[in-house]
This record gives sequence, structure tokens and C-alpha cells, in this order.
Amino acid sequence: MQTIIYIFPELFLSFSIMSILMIGVFVKKSFKLVNFLTIAALIFTIALVLNQHNETIKIFKDSYIIDNFSTLMKTITLLFCILILFSSKEYVKINNIDKIEYPIIILTSVLGMILMISSYDLIIFYLGLELQSLSLYILASFKRENERSTEAGLKYFVLSALATGLLLYGSSLIYGFTGSTNFEIISQNLVTNNIGAVFGIVFIIIGLAFKVSAVPFHMWTPDVYEGAPTSVTSFFAIVPKIAAIAVFIRFMYVPFLNVIDQWQTIIIFISVASMILGATAAIGQKNIKRLMAYSSIGHMGYALAGLAPGTNVGIQSTIIYLIIYLVMNLGAFGCIFMMKRENTFCENINDLSGMSKNHPMLALSFLIILFSLAGIPPLAGFFAKFYIFMAVIKSEMYILAILGLLTTVISAFYYLRIIKIIYFDKPKKPFELNYDWGLKISLILSSVLVLIYFIYPSLLVDLVSSIKII
Amino acid sequence: MNFPILSAIIFIPLIGAIFVFLTRGNLKNTEKNSKYVAIFSTLVNFFLSLHLWYSFDKTTSNFQFVEKREWIDGFINFQLGVDGISILFILLTTFIAPICVFSGISSIKFKIKEFLIAILLMETLMLGVFCSLDLVIFYLFFEGGLIPMFLIIGIWGGPKRVYSAFKFFLFTLLGSVLMLIAIISIYWITGTTDVIKLLDFKIPHEYQYLLWLAFFSSFAVKMPMWPVHTWLPDAHVEAPTPGSVILAAILLKMAGYGFIRFSLGLFPVASDYFTYLIFTLSVIAIVYTSLVALMQDDMKKLIAYSSVAHMGFVTIGIFSLTKQGLEGSIVQMISHGFISAALFLCVGVLYDRFQSRMISSYGGLVHIMPKYALIFMVFSLAALGLPGTSGFVGEFLILIGVFQVSIIVTVLASLGIILAAAYMLWLYRRVVFGRIANSDLKNMKDLNKTELYILSSLVILVIFFGIYPDPLFKTVDISINNLIENYKMNLDFHLVQKGS
Repeated sequence: MQTIIYIFPELFLSFSIMSILMIGVFVKKSFKLVNFLTIAALIFTIALVLNQHNETIKIFKDSYIIDNFSTLMKTITLLFCILILFSSKEYVKINNIDKIEYPIIILTSVLGMILMISSYDLIIFYLGLELQSLSLYILASFKRENERSTEAGLKYFVLSALATGLLLYGSSLIYGFTGSTNFEIISQNLVTNNIGAVFGIVFIIIGLAFKVSAVPFHMWTPDVYEGAPTSVTSFFAIVPKIAAIAVFIRFMYVPFLNVIDQWQTIIIFISVASMILGATAAIGQKNIKRLMAYSSIGHMGYALAGLAPGTNVGIQSTIIYLIIYLVMNLGAFGCIFMMKRENTFCENINDLSGMSKNHPMLALSFLIILFSLAGIPPLAGFFAKFYIFMAVIKSEMYILAILGLLTTVISAFYYLRIIKIIYFDKPKKPFELNYDWGLKISLILSSVLVLIYFIYPSLLVDLVSSIKII
Repeated sequence: MNFPILSAIIFIPLIGAIFVFLTRGNLKNTEKNSKYVAIFSTLVNFFLSLHLWYSFDKTTSNFQFVEKREWIDGFINFQLGVDGISILFILLTTFIAPICVFSGISSIKFKIKEFLIAILLMETLMLGVFCSLDLVIFYLFFEGGLIPMFLIIGIWGGPKRVYSAFKFFLFTLLGSVLMLIAIISIYWITGTTDVIKLLDFKIPHEYQYLLWLAFFSSFAVKMPMWPVHTWLPDAHVEAPTPGSVILAAILLKMAGYGFIRFSLGLFPVASDYFTYLIFTLSVIAIVYTSLVALMQDDMKKLIAYSSVAHMGFVTIGIFSLTKQGLEGSIVQMISHGFISAALFLCVGVLYDRFQSRMISSYGGLVHIMPKYALIFMVFSLAALGLPGTSGFVGEFLILIGVFQVSIIVTVLASLGIILAAAYMLWLYRRVVFGRIANSDLKNMKDLNKTELYILSSLVILVIFFGIYPDPLFKTVDISINNLIENYKMNLDFHLVQKGS
């Protein structure tokens, strides 16, 4: 019974999901109330997560872990979930997806993510993953009268189910060859190059790569990003990535650490392939959501590059990269939420044409975020890449570093293209600006943070320096 | 602790930019206020840097006014400092910046406030490049300049501005990312990015070659050296006049400064090894781009190509590793900063009045604009290196320096001076003399007061440093001696190591 206290945030979250669902069902026209309660539940959960002890604790026969790393990742997950809910409020209302299920499903997916982040056992991990994925399928097809949204949901479901199947198969192989589902025991038993277990590792990496949308398992990303409602897309681009990267780190560095020479090349390949595809495929895109999909593929490539060296510095650089990526994407989607004309949201990049004339401040914040996404100093995006390449070059992986930085140049091209459209092209009709304060706050927060990060870059370094997985 | 004068110099323009950004009210008022703020902050900065020069100790080669602050815990410090080499570039920057502001105020027709912000940001970033004594900080400022410059070209540029802005941005970025890899590698090899420490640290020679090439790729693009110079004519032609001035007068000098400070200082073995690569590329640049300049119809393009040729002299001088060569290249960079800025302003004067940069649209200007004709003549002559102008001092010293190393290079480089005379004089003849090409030209007004003041201040400097360049030499002398001494010592050390 003593251990229950450690999963109090998870318990609280599940309890609130159920009670909010009841309230939503029995109170009429309750979207606003449900939305409010959801945000309140998330905020309270953050408080509970942060309130936990600092030391590492393993509970339920070592199958669930609470440590610095999980606390940080959970906090980010919850925090960004709140920010997304804030910034997409207007969009949700206008597009008639303000049904009570929407925030509740987001909550369940967040619960799944939190379970994933803390899992220390294949079974718990799988449960969390399924809870998360099933919620995400529904979210993708949430605008059910819309063909594109339904298509996106179905596509995501089919492909993701395949990836999950592979992952499950990999887990069973691991279990078969190491005799346990517990991460620590797997790690102890997986010292020699066990060919069966290596197969298992490969399958698990495939499953995880699918979740972070890394090449060559990225096919779903552009379609789902484009088809799903933008509020859901922004959620997809930000929140599930945290859990996926966290689980990626946990898997590679706890159970599979001893066979690093077996999976290192796979990670390098996935990372380089994602960078190259993310940079080149985005060039021709006309839809901004599709472009953001390719951009996120590229960024995940950089984040994974930090996992290749097999060092704590690498892990820390990945986490820093992830956080900065989240902040930038929050801002980018904030700008996309602003693109509204005649009560419909524009998605074509050309709709931004000449925005600097009509909306100078919005254009400026988009400019900052885009330059930061391109990784130009002194914006935060540069520091993200800087830490990654610090870690990569420390392990003397020069080819990875050179390829990575060359792809930044290619990817700079399409970010510049958007800036060109915003700043250099002829103005079109102005947008009907959305003065919702939630959206404004997240947009200002993101662009200001990105802009002034260089003043005190130790901030994130200090934050992650206590994280030592190995 | 003393007054942090270097931080002040770097950040005053930034503060000015923030003020300009915050100005509110109706359009006319904001424009007026932002103009005053920009003029004020750049001028204050100029006088502050004069004070810096005055209180600079010319008898030591150590870095002075060093400021050090913790920046990223225990691994990168925000470190600033100047020595005899960098202080001249700081002066050049703070001198050119108010000129750009004045010229921008008179020639930019829309979004003046934003333009002034971009110029002020640019000044901060350029000063940061010359003051920083940490590789990461240096890189931050060096690369950061891309953003405002991209916008200056792209928003206020000519008809092909988008193409030029992209070309400028991507070329420079491509060169620089390799330098970033080199900087990080240096950190892991030596454990620091502190330039003062690194200058004493002897980087193992087997690493030096690749690191040198990585730095070279960045500086060669920025310099620009043949064959990666192609972005420069495009960027110059499309940029608005103040943008061209910044590009030619300061941005290009960042690469020359980088060569002197980092390539020579950190990688002596590799610098020695690659000397002839530099010589070959520079000689090609001098002869080839001079010939190209000869055939241009567009005045700005002609001056842009001539810049490439002049920068070729600079790289030759730097890598001759003689006292005359190095001092010559620094004087050449400073004087080219004045001359190219002035020439672009001269073209800008015509463009503002007649909306054409084509040589063929003009002719016989001496009859219409006598003051202009006189000033333009001074700068044309200075650009071709006439004795008595600062252009002569630099080129002459560089040739003396190179002569001690290689006679062939000297002979080939001297061809550049002849060609420079050819294209500059021909340009001058076609634009200023001859018959009045177009009857519309007759309505053109001569220089107005602002233009006259700006250009005459440049005339004074060009002639002053042509006759009496001593203040420049006094400032750099000790630093250059020390640089060469260190270089030779380092080289010997590595040769002994290699031998054993």
C-alpha cells in the first residue's frame, strides 16, 4: 500500500478522466466546463508530479520507475498539453469539434504517455502505449464528417497498428531470449550478442521510430498532419513526441545499453535518413501543415542523433533539443492558428503572402520562430543543434555531424521560403486575427523564449544536468 | 571592475534598435523618432569607439579591455577583448554605421523604422564579431548577421532581390556550418573555446589541416574568394545602397579578420601548408574578376567584382606572413572599407535620382553635377590605387610583402592594379565625361548637403590615410609583430615534433 503514494499523479489523472466524463455526459452543453476541468486536472497533475521526491524509486516489483528523467518528461508533457489546449480553443470552436469527448480523449492519451514515460517493464510500457495510441486514432479522425480527417485517422490506425504489432513481436522475442520483461533484468541478461534478442531490438526500434515518425517509418506523418484538424495536428506534433523520445531513451539506455554496438548504426541510419528526408521533401510543399510534418521528421532526426553516441551528454542534448523543438513548434502552430479568413482557417503557404504588411507583430514572431527552426544563431534553435553536435562530435562521429549540418542548410531553404512569402511578397487580404488570450500567450511565450534564450543558455543545461540514465 | 566599454559598444546599437522597435504613434512621428534614435546611437557608438582607440595601449600586444562573464556553465564564457588588429575594424564599423543610417534615411522609401532596426542589429552583430574572444561567441555573431542582411536585401532590394537574398544566405550558411563543426572539434581536442588560451595552445598538427579547411570554407565564402564569390555581385546589385555599403565595407572584412585571427593564430602548420592554395585562388580572383569587372554594364556589379579583386590582394598579403604583407592587408581592408562604401554611395546617389544603375544610361555628368564628378573621381582613383590615396598604401605594402615570398605571385597580382586602372577609369569616363547620354539627365540635381557631408568625410579619410597612414601602423604594429613571432615559433615547434 505504501507504493500507491508514488503513482498518485496517475491515479488522480485517471480519476479525473472518469469524473469529467460523467460530468460531460450528464450536464448539457458542457464543453466549456469540461475543457476547464481538463485544464484544471492537468495543472493539478503537474503539481502532483513536481511534488514527488527527487530520488529514484522503483515500485510494483520494479516495473514502474519515478526518477528525475520521468518527472521532467511528465511535466513537459502536461505543460505542453495545457498550452495546446489553450492555443487551439478558438479553432476547436469554429470547426465544430467542441464536443466533450475531445478534451477527455486528450486526457486519456496523456495518461497513456505518462505511463509510458515511467514504465520500467515491457508490459506496463505496452499498456501505456496502447492507451495513448488508441486515443490518438480517435483524435486524428475527430472531425468525423470530414473525409480527410477520417482518412487520416484510418491511415494512422492501420499503419500504427502494424508498427505496434511489430513492437509487440519484438517484446516477445526479447522476453523469450532474456527471460524477463523487466528492463533491468533484460539488461543483465543481454550482455552477449544474442541474435534472437537483436531481432527483438530491431523490431522494437521500428515500433519506436514509427511513433517519433522517423524515416523510413514516417509515411503516415504528412497525411495525418494534413488531414487531421489543426488543433489535433498541433497536439500530434508536440505532445506524443515527448513520450516517444522518452521511451526511446529509456529503451536504448536501460535494457539495450550493453549491446550498443548492435543498434548504434541503426540509430545513426534512422537519424541521417530523417534529416535528409525532412530537409528535401519539405521543399516542394504548399500546405503548411504538411510542411510542418516534414519539418518535424527532420527535427526528430536531429533529436535521435543525440542518442547515437551512447553517452549521458548525448541523452541530455536530446532532451534539450526536444524541449526547444517543442517551444518552437508551439509558436509555429500558434501562427497557423492565426491564419483565419472569413471564418475558415487557411492552410496554404501562399495565404501568408505579404503578412508583414497587415500584421507586423505576428509576422515578426513567425519570422523569429522560422529562423529558429532553421537553426540560425543567436536563436534557440541554434543552441538545440549546437548541443546535439557537441555530443555527436565528442564521440567522433564526424560523418553524422557533417551530414546533419549540411541538411540544416538544405532545410534552411524552405524556412526561408516561408519568410520570403511573408516578408517579400505582395500583401493579400488581411487575416481576421484571433485575439484569444490563450493563443496569444502561447505565441508570445514561444517567440520571446526563442529570441532571448541566448541570454541565459545555462537554463536548460542546468535543468537536464541531473539526468543520468546510464 | 572598470566600465565595460566593449559591451557598451556592442550593445548600444542593440538598445537603440529596441528603442526604435518600441516607438509608437502615427507614422510620421515614429519615423522621425526612429531616425533620431538611430543617428544618436550610432554616433554615440562612434565616439565611444574613438575613446576606446584613444585609451588603447599601443605598446602591448596583449588583449585589452578584456571582459569575461560566465555564459554556459563551466564551458563557454562570454569573453570580449581587443588588440591592435581588431580595434581598427571596430573603428571602421562604428564609422560606417552612421553613414549607412544617413544614407538609409535619404534613400529608403518605405518601412524606414524596420530598416533602421535591421541596420542597428547588423552593427551589434558585426562589432560582436570583432570583439569576441571565444569561438562560440564569435560564431554566434558571425552567423547572426545573416538574418538582418537577408531581410535588408530581401525587403528593400531591387527586382531580383529574392534570388540574391537566398543565394547570399545559403552560400554563407553552407560555408559556416563546417566552421561550427571545427569549433566543436576544437573544444573537444583542447577543452576550451577561449581564444586567448587557444592562441597559446598548440593544436596537434595532424588535426590542423582539416580544421583549417573548415574555417577556410567559411571565410572563403565570406571574403569572398574565387570560385565561391558568385553570391557577392548578386547581393550587391540587389541590395539597397546602405546594404551594399555594409556588405562591402564591413561584412567582407570579417573574413579577413577571421583569417588573421584564427587561421594564422590557431593553425600555423596548416596555414603554411596551404599558402599556395590561397595564393593560387587569390591570383585567379584578382585577374579573373578584374577582367569580368571590365565587361560589366551595371555599375554596382562592376564595383562588386572589383571588391573581389581587392580582397584577393588582402588574402595574398595575409598569407605572405611578412610584416609588410600583413600590415598592408589590414590597411587595404580598412581603406577598401572607405572606398567601396564611397563608391556604392556614389552609385546610390545616381540611382536615387535616375533609377538606373546601367553605365549606358549616364554620360557627361560633369556638366550637370560637378561636385559629384569631383568626388567620384577621388574614389575612382583611390580604387585603382593611386599614390596619395589609402588604396595605394595597402596594395603597395602587400606587393612588397609578397615579393619576399614569391615573385611570380607578385607579378601576377600587379596585373590586377593595371586592370583596376583600366576598369575604373573606363567606368569614370563613360559615366562622367562624354556627351550627355539622355536629355532627362539634365534635370538631375547635384549632391545635396547630407550626401556631400558623408562623401567628403570619406574623401578626407581616404586622402589622410593615403598621405599619413602612420596612426594605422602604430596601432597594429605590435600585434602584428607578436602574431608573426608566435606563428614562426609555433611552426618551428611543430616541425621539430613532426621530425621526431
